[in-house]
Formats: sequence, C-alpha cells, structure tokens
Amino acid sequence: MLNIKDLHASVENKSILRGLNLTVNAGEVHAIMGPNGSGKSTLSQVLAGRESYTVESGSVDWMGQNLLDMPIEERARSGLFMAFQYPIEIPGVSNAYFLKAAVNAVRRHQGLPELDAMDFLKRVKSEMKTVGMKEEFLYRSVNEGFSGGEKKRNEILQMTLLEPKLAILDETDSGLDIDALKVVADGVNRLRSPDRALIVITHYQRLLDYIVPDFVHVLAGGKIVRSGGRELALELEERGYGWISDLPATGKGAAA
Amino acid sequence: MSTAQTWVAEFAVREQGLTGANVPWLAAMRKNAMQRFAEEGWPTTKQESWRHTSLATLEQQSFAPATEVSAADLVKQVRGAEAGHWLVFVDGRYVAELSDLGSLPAGADVRSLSQALVSSPDQVQDAFGTESQGSSAAALNVALASDGAFIHLARGVVLENPVHLLFIAASEQAASFPRNLITAESNAQATIVEHYVGQGSSTTLTNTVTRANLAADARITHVKLQQENEEAFHLGALNVEQGKGSVFNSHSMSFGARLARHDIVATFGGQRCETLLNGLYYVDGRRHVDHHTLIGHAQPHGVSREYYRGILADKARGVFGGRILVSPGADGTDAVQRSDSLLLSRLAKSDARPELEIYADDVKCAHGATVGQIDENSMFYLQSRGLDEVHARNILTYAFAAQAVERIELEPIRQRVVHAIRSLLPGGASLGVLA
Repeated sequence: MLNIKDLHASVENKSILRGLNLTVNAGEVHAIMGPNGSGKSTLSQVLAGRESYTVESGSVDWMGQNLLDMPIEERARSGLFMAFQYPIEIPGVSNAYFLKAAVNAVRRHQGLPELDAMDFLKRVKSEMKTVGMKEEFLYRSVNEGFSGGEKKRNEILQMTLLEPKLAILDETDSGLDIDALKVVADGVNRLRSPDRALIVITHYQRLLDYIVPDFVHVLAGGKIVRSGGRELALELEERGYGWISDLPATGKGAAA
Repeated sequence: MSTAQTWVAEFAVREQGLTGANVPWLAAMRKNAMQRFAEEGWPTTKQESWRHTSLATLEQQSFAPATEVSAADLVKQVRGAEAGHWLVFVDGRYVAELSDLGSLPAGADVRSLSQALVSSPDQVQDAFGTESQGSSAAALNVALASDGAFIHLARGVVLENPVHLLFIAASEQAASFPRNLITAESNAQATIVEHYVGQGSSTTLTNTVTRANLAADARITHVKLQQENEEAFHLGALNVEQGKGSVFNSHSMSFGARLARHDIVATFGGQRCETLLNGLYYVDGRRHVDHHTLIGHAQPHGVSREYYRGILADKARGVFGGRILVSPGADGTDAVQRSDSLLLSRLAKSDARPELEIYADDVKCAHGATVGQIDENSMFYLQSRGLDEVHARNILTYAFAAQAVERIELEPIRQRVVHAIRSLLPGGASLGVLA
C-alpha cells in the first residue's frame, strides 16, 4: 500500500529525515515511536503534502502512484488521512459545513453521489455518538474554542467519516486524559480492517495499550533504527530511548 | 465638473424649490452651509483624516438632475418577502407608492423628512443638526438635503420589526443628499437599516447624513448596507449622541461604490453608555473604501467595541482611521478597537490608523490592527481533508467576513448580508450555508 524508500526531507534547510524506509501493507497497524526531534512529525507532514517541507530525495509509492507528485487534496481523496497533532481552528465556518464538504470531496473522487444535507446529518450524528461528541459541535466553528480532547475527537470523527485507506495519527494521544485516549483508541480500532492500514505516531507507549500494533518502529536521527513487534514498545517503555545506539548523544526524551 | 463653484451655482438654481425653503431656520442654515462648502470645497488629502482618500476624481464628474425613472422592480427585488416598515427613496426623494410603512405602534412617528418639514418643521429643527458639524461634504448635505427619513420614538416605544430605508440611485448621473433623523426617547428600541443600491451603471453621487439621538436607556441598532454600483461615489456620515445607559450598535457593511467614505461619530452624553461599531467591507478592482470613526468617551463607565474587517482584492484600497477620545473624568472607560484586513492580492493596500487620546484615569483601552493573507495552516488543513485549493481559499475568505457578520443579531438582516457577501466573493455562490 505504502512504500517509502530512502526518504530524505528537510525544513528550512535543516535536514530532518535522512534515509527513511518503511513498508505498510493493507490490514497492518504500524507504530512509530521516537524521541522529540527524531522526525516523527516531519514524516507525517511530508506524507500529507505540507509544502514547507522539502523532499530532497527518495520515493514514496502509494498504491502504485508517486505520492510525492500528488497535490495535498489528491492524497486525501485517494484515501490518505492524517489526524493533526494540533488541529486548526477556523472561526466562521461551521463544523457541519466543513465535514460535509470533506465527505463530498472524497465521494466525488470515488465516483459516488454526494450526500445531501439530510443523509449527511443522519450519518454524522450517529458517528458523533460513537466518538462521544455532542450535536452542538456540528454548529460551532471548526475547532474554535474546543478543548484539546474535543479537537482530537473531532479529528477521529473526520477520520471515521472519510473512511481512509491509510490513516496516520500524528501524536493524537498527546495531551489527552485517559478517557479521551480511550475514545480515540476505540475510534481507531473500529476502523481496523483487512483493507485498511494505520500508522500511529507516538512518543509514549501508553496509546499502544489500547491500539495494539502489528509492528513497532523506532525513529531516531531521521531514520528507522529498529523495528520489531509489540514487545519493542514495552521495551522502550521500560528502558527509555537512551539505549538505542544510533541515537545522537544529545538525544532528548531519554526517558518516557 | 462638480467643483465647489458648480455646486454653488446648482444651489442658486435649486434653493427656492427645495422642500422647507419657506422655513426660516432651515433657509438660513442652508445658506450658511453653502457658504461653508463654497469656502472649503470638498475635503482634500491635506486634511489629516482625508489623507488617504482623494476626492479629485469626484470633482471631475458631472451630475444631472433626476429624471422620472421607475424603480418598482428593484424595490421588489431588494425587499423580497421581508416584513418591517419600508421607506423608499428614489434619487433621494421619498416615493410613497413604493413605500410600505406597515403598522406602527402608538408613539412611533416614522415618515419622510419632506413630510415632516411641511407639517412640523420645529420638531425637525431639534433633530436636524447644523452646518458646522462634520466635514465640508456634510455641510453640502445640509445645503441640499430636503428628504430622508424622520423617525421619532416616544418613551418606551419598541419596534418589533426593523425600519428599512431604501435609497435607490436610479437616474443617470444622479446626485442625492438624504438626511435621516432618528430620535429615540428614553427606553425606546428599534433597528434601522439603511440600504443604498444603484439601478444603473452610471456615475452617481450619494452624500448622506444620518443623525441619531438616544435618550437614557434607549437601544438602537443601525445597519448600513452600501451596495451602490461600481461607478458610484458614496459619502456617508453617521452622528450619534447617546444619553445615560443607552446602547447603540452600528453595523457598517460597505460592498459597493468606486469610492465610499463613512464617517461615524458616537458621543457619550451620560454615564454607562455602550457602543458597538462593527464594520465589514469588500473592495476589488480599483475601488476604494474608507471608514473614519470617533468615539467620544466623555462620561464615566462607557463601553465601546469597535471591530472593522476588510477584504481587499486586485488593486483595491481600504482605509481605517479609528479615534477614541477619553475625556478628563471619564473614569471606568472600557474601549476595544480592532481593524483586520485580508489582502487577496499583492497589489491591494490597506491602511489602518488607531488614535487613542486618553485624559482620564482607570481606563481600559486596547487596540490592534492586522493586515494579512490567507492563513497557510488553515489552507493545509482544509486541503488535507480533500478540499481543492480554490474551494479552501473561498471558504477562508468567507470565514474572515463571517466573523463580522455574526455580530448582527437579527437573523433576516444577517442573512441579507450573507447573501451580499456570497454574491461578491470569488466562488461565493458555491459555498452554500457555512455558518
């Protein structure tokens, strides 16, 4: 589904990703862990198409297409979804309008008829129940004045509605209390299916108690330095990141 | 040409025919006003508050007397199915057949200024103001105004439905000088909406003055929807005097005209007055819009909120000058002023100038101004949800405007403004219901 080969990327002339390789197949859940500054967020931003990040070399194959050549919205429409670490507030635009526009943009691309207001509301209201959002959040401006947890629920709601083929969760667990974390995890787990893949980017192993990954990768210095199964996350929890030999000596976040 | 000399000549021709020519105080005031305008001419860029707004092109235009033009269709189109009390003015003159006053409660006197000048000139005098107030353009209004709206609300009178004043520039090259007088006695409440629209596409001039006098605890909401045609010149002044505990909300929505200037002055004559000056403008092409405001916090514990938002495309120009004057003794004043401009083009230009003069202690005064482009983070967020770039940009442009629109409390009026914006903004029609 996704095949990243020797990816090098920089932001503001600072090299961040330095030869990253990763293969994700349908049905798999990959966790990417690593200390602050290791390139976790850069990876998700590059995959989503953020223009302030420059890809220096390497390739990303996305279901047979060159992902790096695709405009941001084409990536989204073809089934790539990134849940933002810091969702953006858009005052003046109702969440309902935003969600409907997103759902219909994706449906148009898939050759499906657009949902009308009635069908959309029915669908969104039922999904909101499952992520524990009150209906009033439909009529409020996108993310405006939402608490940290409410913003993350809104991200999960978008993910649920858009039914992506690959969802990337960029530190979705950061700043969440345990209840919100469970809601996020439930939303993600409901989405798990043999034809869908997930990349869970996190600093802490805590989220992985609820979203059990098939693979765990450790990102350090801009590349994956170690891969393993679920047990690798537990090992990291126990020993911190310090023991990863490739870590730069100044590596921050040595203990989780 | 429309230089001072041409207007002096025009005045000499029109003077005797103006409604109220036989009312001594008014005849004398018109002469004084004309004299002031003859001496000063149009405001020039040498005056500080007109520094960014030149009327040189206005001076080069010629205007012609109004002709008989039917505006019935446009009235229908603007009004739609909306209730309320409608006064229609064509080229500045009240047209009874197109108006619909509806039913007014006792104590609500709503009629045309021309009618009021004939039947009760003394009452008009109390509300009329003088030729020395405001700019020389406002003096020209005093000299030539003979119609407009005359609204007097007795103590405690509450109008459920808005009063709509619809001004249509209908004749080719028409020049009109409406003067609207609003008096609200204590505890009276009303919403008054001024619409300015053009029927043709010729160069027209609207030079309008609205005066509002609010007695203690009166509440007036004033909405101005300026949608004149793209060749029009619009010069408008709004002067508000507020008594103790009164609340005045102004929404200045300026979308049309090649050049629009709005002068808004609110003065507190008693304690605990509240004023909201909310403004939104959109200009494209080479059009120009200028808002100049003055809030006179002359009494203690006054609250003012001022929010202006402008969207500027192409080579358009926007100007905002906001002065807040806190007089000695006006303790407990609470004033906030903001001006935010969104530039859709590199060639558009926006000037914002806040002026705070504070002569009292214990005052809270905050001001800020931003000039910027569409936020890249927001663009990325929308696009990463599958929305194309153009759609995302349109949404964010609309969203910028929506924050000003949301302050309009009356739903039908807010919807009017939403429609107006959607018809102006690129891709606006495709936006559906956003807010």
